[in-house]
Amino acid sequence: MRPIQSKIAIVAVLIVGLLQFSACSSSEVTESQSSSTKPLASQAAESENSLIPEATPEVDNNIVPELEPVLPVTITDAVGNTITINSVERIIPLDGSVAEVVFALNLGANVVATDRSATWPPEASELPQIGYQRSLLAEPIAGFTPTVLIGTEIAGPEKTLDDLRRLGYPVVIVPSEATMQGPAQKIRAVAEALGVPNRGEELATQMEKTIISNTQVFEDDKRPVVAALYIRGTGTQLVLGRNSATHWLINAAGGKNVADILDIDQYKTITAESLLRAEPDILLVPSAGLDSVGGIDGLLEVGGISQTPAGINRAVLAYDDQLLLGNGPRTGDLLKQLAADFRNLVSQTTNN
Amino acid sequence: MDNNKKKQQQEAPAELTSGLVAGAFVILFASILVSLLFGPVSIRPDRIFLEVLSRFPGISIDSGLSTIQEAIVWDVRLPRIVLGLIVGGLLAVAGASYQGVFRNPLADPYLLGVAAGAGLGATIAIVSGATNGEGIFDALPIAAFLGSAIAVAITLAVGGAVGRSTSTASLLLAGVAVASLFTAIQTYIQQRESATLRQVYSWILGRLSTSGWDEVIMILPYAAISLIVMFSMKGALDVLAVGEEEALSLGIRPRRVRWIVIGAASLAAASAVAVSGLIAFVGIIVPHAVRLVVGASNRLVVPLSFFIGASFLILTDLLARTLQSPAELPIGVVTAFFGAPFFLFVLRRRSDGII
Repeated sequence: MRPIQSKIAIVAVLIVGLLQFSACSSSEVTESQSSSTKPLASQAAESENSLIPEATPEVDNNIVPELEPVLPVTITDAVGNTITINSVERIIPLDGSVAEVVFALNLGANVVATDRSATWPPEASELPQIGYQRSLLAEPIAGFTPTVLIGTEIAGPEKTLDDLRRLGYPVVIVPSEATMQGPAQKIRAVAEALGVPNRGEELATQMEKTIISNTQVFEDDKRPVVAALYIRGTGTQLVLGRNSATHWLINAAGGKNVADILDIDQYKTITAESLLRAEPDILLVPSAGLDSVGGIDGLLEVGGISQTPAGINRAVLAYDDQLLLGNGPRTGDLLKQLAADFRNLVSQTTNN
Repeated sequence: MDNNKKKQQQEAPAELTSGLVAGAFVILFASILVSLLFGPVSIRPDRIFLEVLSRFPGISIDSGLSTIQEAIVWDVRLPRIVLGLIVGGLLAVAGASYQGVFRNPLADPYLLGVAAGAGLGATIAIVSGATNGEGIFDALPIAAFLGSAIAVAITLAVGGAVGRSTSTASLLLAGVAVASLFTAIQTYIQQRESATLRQVYSWILGRLSTSGWDEVIMILPYAAISLIVMFSMKGALDVLAVGEEEALSLGIRPRRVRWIVIGAASLAAASAVAVSGLIAFVGIIVPHAVRLVVGASNRLVVPLSFFIGASFLILTDLLARTLQSPAELPIGVVTAFFGAPFFLFVLRRRSDGII
């Protein structure tokens, strides 16, 4: 009945940011590993234009990125601890999005280990592992003799963090709010803790511009209803709620989140019936989750999904997990892509 | 140590000889030492050994450990080992006592609703977000402890009221019913608050997680009280094993002994669960392993279970924190992995009429 729409299998696994990272880190990181932080100076100047190509080229002249981290620095972190960081020679980000920020701040060469959630940039995922950020152990981390540890509030268990603090390692917790301001806030906090506040300010400002310029609004009757699903195998399908990273993104890209229709705050296992009631036009899924059910065809076999408008039109948008859920430094580009994908789908449905 | 030489029921001389005690201490110290020497961070074991030696009075050696390495050994590894010692000892002694008092070899410390009660308490604490307390004021262990205390209290009140003084069956049945009820409530809460599933689940699997000495300090008073009571009752359990009338003729009141032992064992299990979650099988396999070696007398089984339970948990925890390094295996998985096959073996022996 709708031959055109049925062909619209839109799986946009984003590799946005590949350009910027291959430009500013991959080659230089390997070089600078041998010679500490010295080459960073030249990179900072080089990379600032390539970071967000779409952003207006007028860089704020008041902000001059630091050539070297300015240390020691004393900060009050997101949980109210006052911490002094004397060296950023050996950084351990406890979280994937934080690792991404550290690399985006051109300090990737100083990262000595990452947690399992650090999948981007590739260099970060190739580093030695400290386990998963929610179930950390003090001893393996101490084995890396880090000079500073940075995580978000989900880092834990708290006992491990206490042990690390007692062993004398500075543990910085940065905010990770799932809001429009969240990603920039996180970048600024990480940058401040690493003694490069201006590099952070520059990065954050550029991202804020990208976010603002890509925020879009549809007319009410065209506004697509979007369900963000967290999938792990055919057994686990959760609808991500209002407190999830996806909520503001859906709104900013012009969509209406089913979490508002179904009144879901955190996330919830959902029955086929209530998903049908919400009538999502678009399904938004982390790509690893989509893989775990065997792609779109597998997803459509999950109870109820194939009967939703999104299922009928195969309107499934898949993005890399860390990109979609991380609220990291690539979030501006993510929103840009998401907004474009929403526009495509909306114009296709209205054309028919 | 105690005046239980009135009458021997067992054919074997059921006395805690100095040889047995020395052997138990050797096993325990060896476990502690091995666990101190090895961990996820490779610190040269010979240096740690020197470091341990240097802490003995009158010996001064430079171990060559850095300050951080010293801190890892003394502030990270040791508290965890000591917690394992206490929890393992408590679970094993509680298991031995339950088995004695119910005269049922399959009794474990989580009988009577301890596990389900603690699970419900912990879930409520996690769901209500009250788990960010500091050190000994952390709400989770307190809630878990209260949960298991309430569950056991209901079991005892119902089971004890229904059953006659000689029957333990009604108590066991009450325990099963209470456990089912508490588990149902816990599952309901968990499903409503699916965001907390991960935390609840990881708690249920058990973990000896320490933050310095807080947990050890927290559990110590309960451990001391329950252990002293259970140790002092081990002779009475032996008399009870022969029969109610014999016990009465010896001036032992079976009903009272049972209540005291059940109370102490439940306190032990509840406090162990509160700090470490549900660690499976220690309470069953350790007493049986001890019985296989020294016979069935509770005078031997109860105290020796403490040493063997402590050693077993210390060593399984070493595996839990090193096998998948840098990640940590839930210790309940490790104890069950070794415990379940052993338990099947014991069952088989038992069906052959050996135990």
